[in-house]
Amino acid sequence: MLSFILRRILIAIPTILLISVFVFSLQKLLPGDPVLAMAGEERDPEVIAFLREKYRLNDPIPVQYAHWVGNAVRGDLGMSLRTNQPVLELIGEKLPVTIQLATMAMIFAMGIGIPAGILSAVRKGTVTDYVANVVALSGLSIPNFWLGIMLILLVSVKWQLLPASGYVPFADDPWRSVQVMLMPAFVLGTALAATLMRHTRSAMLTVLTSDYVRTARAKGLSERRVILKHAFRNALTPIVTLSALLFGELIAGAVLTEQIFTIPGFGKLVVDAVFNRDYAVVQGIVLVTAVGFIVMNLLADVAYVLLNPRLRSQT
Amino acid sequence: MSRAATPVTADAISARDPVLDRKPESRVWKKFRSHRSAMLGGVLVAFFVGMAILAPVLPIPDPAATDWGAVRQAPSAAHWLGTDEIGRDVLSRMIWGAQASLLAGVVSVLIAVALGVPFGIVAGYFGGWTDAVISRCTEALLAAPFLILAIALAAFLGPSLTNAMIAIGISATPLFIRLTRGQVLSVAAEDYVDGARAIGLPTRKILTRYILPNILPPVLVQATLTIATAIIAEASLSFLGLGQQPPAPSWGSMLNTAKNFLNQAPWMALWPGVAIFLVVLGFNLLGDGLRDALDPREQ
Amino acid sequence: MTLRHMTLAAALLGATALGAQAQDLRIGLESDPDVLDPDQSRTFVGRIVYTALCDKLVDVTPDLKIVPQLATEWSFSDDNTSITMKLREGVTFHDGTPFDAEAVARNIDRSLTLEESRRKSELASVAGTEVLGDHEIRIDLKEPDATVLAQLADRAGMMVSPDAAEAAGADFGANPVCSGPFKFKERVAQDRIVLEKFDDYWNADEIALDSVTYLPITDTTVRLANLQSGDIDIANRVAATDLKQLEGSDSIDIEQAVSLGYQGITFNVGNGDKGDNPWGNDARLRRALSLAIGRDIINQVVFDGNFRPGNQPFPDTSPWYDADYPLPERDVEAARALLEEAGYGDGVALEVQVPNRPENLQLMQVIQSMASEAGIDVSLTSKEFATMLNDQTAGDFTASQVGWSGRIDPDGNIHQFVTTGAGLNDAGYSNEEVDRLLNEARTLADEGERKALYDQARAILQEEAPIVYLYHDTWITGLDKSVEGFVPYPDGMIRLEGVTLNAD
Repeated sequence: MLSFILRRILIAIPTILLISVFVFSLQKLLPGDPVLAMAGEERDPEVIAFLREKYRLNDPIPVQYAHWVGNAVRGDLGMSLRTNQPVLELIGEKLPVTIQLATMAMIFAMGIGIPAGILSAVRKGTVTDYVANVVALSGLSIPNFWLGIMLILLVSVKWQLLPASGYVPFADDPWRSVQVMLMPAFVLGTALAATLMRHTRSAMLTVLTSDYVRTARAKGLSERRVILKHAFRNALTPIVTLSALLFGELIAGAVLTEQIFTIPGFGKLVVDAVFNRDYAVVQGIVLVTAVGFIVMNLLADVAYVLLNPRLRSQT
Repeated sequence: MSRAATPVTADAISARDPVLDRKPESRVWKKFRSHRSAMLGGVLVAFFVGMAILAPVLPIPDPAATDWGAVRQAPSAAHWLGTDEIGRDVLSRMIWGAQASLLAGVVSVLIAVALGVPFGIVAGYFGGWTDAVISRCTEALLAAPFLILAIALAAFLGPSLTNAMIAIGISATPLFIRLTRGQVLSVAAEDYVDGARAIGLPTRKILTRYILPNILPPVLVQATLTIATAIIAEASLSFLGLGQQPPAPSWGSMLNTAKNFLNQAPWMALWPGVAIFLVVLGFNLLGDGLRDALDPREQ
Repeated sequence: MTLRHMTLAAALLGATALGAQAQDLRIGLESDPDVLDPDQSRTFVGRIVYTALCDKLVDVTPDLKIVPQLATEWSFSDDNTSITMKLREGVTFHDGTPFDAEAVARNIDRSLTLEESRRKSELASVAGTEVLGDHEIRIDLKEPDATVLAQLADRAGMMVSPDAAEAAGADFGANPVCSGPFKFKERVAQDRIVLEKFDDYWNADEIALDSVTYLPITDTTVRLANLQSGDIDIANRVAATDLKQLEGSDSIDIEQAVSLGYQGITFNVGNGDKGDNPWGNDARLRRALSLAIGRDIINQVVFDGNFRPGNQPFPDTSPWYDADYPLPERDVEAARALLEEAGYGDGVALEVQVPNRPENLQLMQVIQSMASEAGIDVSLTSKEFATMLNDQTAGDFTASQVGWSGRIDPDGNIHQFVTTGAGLNDAGYSNEEVDRLLNEARTLADEGERKALYDQARAILQEEAPIVYLYHDTWITGLDKSVEGFVPYPDGMIRLEGVTLNAD
């Protein structure tokens, strides 16, 4: 087991290094001179030259890369070119926002997706199954940003029920905080609910045809008991593993949702940074997200092996 | 994003032996025909494809013709879906916009397939260092969020529909590398491939005769589902101003403009969104149907 | 007791009852300001925050007269090569440091010498300072410069606490210490900037608010929705097209002021090789495009008639506007004739780069359609603003749809764009006579004499048209009914003196 984990970590290292190369080349790829953007209307050649020097843009690219990676390893992701804030601090500030959004979206998704999936599996082939499937696919097919706009139009502008944008830290005012995030979490959660529903359905179908469910039925247990106690409990493992993975997807999916609802989270930070050519921020965020994603994968793999004794002996 | 849709599992189709399973096509087609939601998806897709192809001959106004006297007018007999911010007919722009969306969906997926499948085959079949390098690159790319990658690439290439397609295509490529590699690995382990190797069939023949036919079905399913994702991605990029450029219409850029007029002209935002939704739903239903039809386990 | 008295009594009662209620003003801005260091910042919205945070040596009135703020009086030397200022006494910075001539000297020195300073061009004519007394200072100029006073009414004239600035260096923006009516409390990037009342402010009687919070809300519709739902009290830059629906609203007031800036099309007439093209070489083509454009139609179609059509660097509300050359009528025939004369009777193509924002694209699509009627085939290349700026500076463009936020002094709207080799002269325009006129205009203190020179330069520029001016934004500010005492300014700043929140 330990050797399996070690091997997975060893494999992750070159991947993370590759990511750092990709992320770094982003800066070289994006058009538009960052120094010009930083200087604004000040075109004094001395100032421009100084800024170029300060952000080490005159160094050869490999030197710049080595410098950046060296600092990143020590936890220094540089400073935002726009606000002069350390990138790590910015990320620390934004992460809780997006995590709250993702968590609420996850709650939505699980609340809708799992029961629908169970129902759909139990009633396989019926109209319920068919309708649930089409509804789920609809959830996957609605463009997030459009759903967001429509909700703002109806709920905020027309009916004035919920605020159209903003963010209140949970610690400041929990009720208000949840209220403000209700719409964006719903928007973000729709696609996820559909995915979860489909996975629950498929996991349940596999379990429902298995021997022990048949045995349980043969013992004369009530169908309700069979489904919830025996079948669902066994189907839960893959669902939970998947949810953990989806959580990472969710954080990435927050990009447009945050843009629409003006939520000061991760996604908005990175999109604004791309448009403002705030390279340090773009690099920092993509790196942190990618590494986070890989760690999540690693944990999911480990959990999967731990939960499946059969696989454990193989590794 | 529908990238997290049910993954096409490697074991689902690979078990098929082309010798034992004599006429798989007719069986597949039968299953597909009886798949109600897949047919619904097919109809939806056909409808929009028809719309895109027929746009030049339909009796609709020029999608770029402006009318300063009729700016942001509500739907009427003259303009069924109203007019936009510079007096163009929204219905006409919707119909022409289908071209951009479908083109973006199909072309970007073709790019992803054309890049991803060969890399996947090479990685899966030859293994070793080649595989290690390709796999690490794939993982690294997959770790960067899809849309952020596409946004950065589109920003790098400059805003245009072609560049958006390239950006989406490249961002979706690792998906196909991983899928193909997995398929190849499982097919290559089959007895009949071992047998073919044993009788000294050249690698090229093994690849074309045994490997390729077996990996195509899941790639086809994944491609159909990815078209759906790609269409949403194109709309997202256009929504951020990085896709189709005016005066040419696209649903995403129509929404980008429309969001500034939500109060005065809500119809501008409604219909392009509905269109995106329906065509994406169509591809998702179609992909699902294909998967079920090609999956020998589902009866 | 008359009704009026009753209301007054009620108001007084209310005032006592609500005495404890905090006056917290929330302002929705169109974007997140950059670093909060007056010497380093470069965004327009940043200046709005400074209006509450950092006092300047001088300020302007709504009709752009320069008035005292931290300097109480000033005078130019006879040859306009130095300014002597008397400074306000009893002013302290937010950290308690007293404000005096020494502080001014150190501030100007910082603007000139801090390596990260973006104020160097603005203060290029300043040679140094001489402290004449505790509250008297002389600013020496390298050459006569009448525009320097207007610079001191903006970021270059903002006074920061010299000790705090020295200690923090380039990181000053993380915790700015100035002397304005409000002091810095906290900032959460992209979310909010909170300022709270500075009790020792020299003009504290005018300040009724306890705190002010700036919230960046990029989307116009969402910003307005927040105002309508009462989540913010002031929405900056309401969309022109949203005004119609707000007419007669019983919860929202609208205030407007024509801005100091302009929007236009800049041609590459001599910035690198790409300037060597028909559009760069032949002014007749540029004039033809200008004639083909109906500026009133643009204003109606794109801005519901709420902006100000324009044909000069200054709006017609400005004293610097040359009234002898009013807004031209659209004349497609004349445009065609000019093209014919230039040898393009069969039509001519023009590529214009434009920022990929809906408003700019809408504007250019209307122009595209107008120009086609005159035989000009306009194609649009939309670019992200950062890319566009880059290409523009590098001379990699034929024409560019770009604007300018505007400056108080007329020089700031024209000199750096059209004089030879000037910092923002992306057109690559060069004309000795224009250089001479605009350089001389800078040195004159008399407004009448200056205007005569600007009028002469305008006549040449109108003929040569390196920049075709289109319109001037109107600052449209949405206010909740509870906000009272707000005065709109052409510089688009939100001044909080006299602004109160009435609970109702």
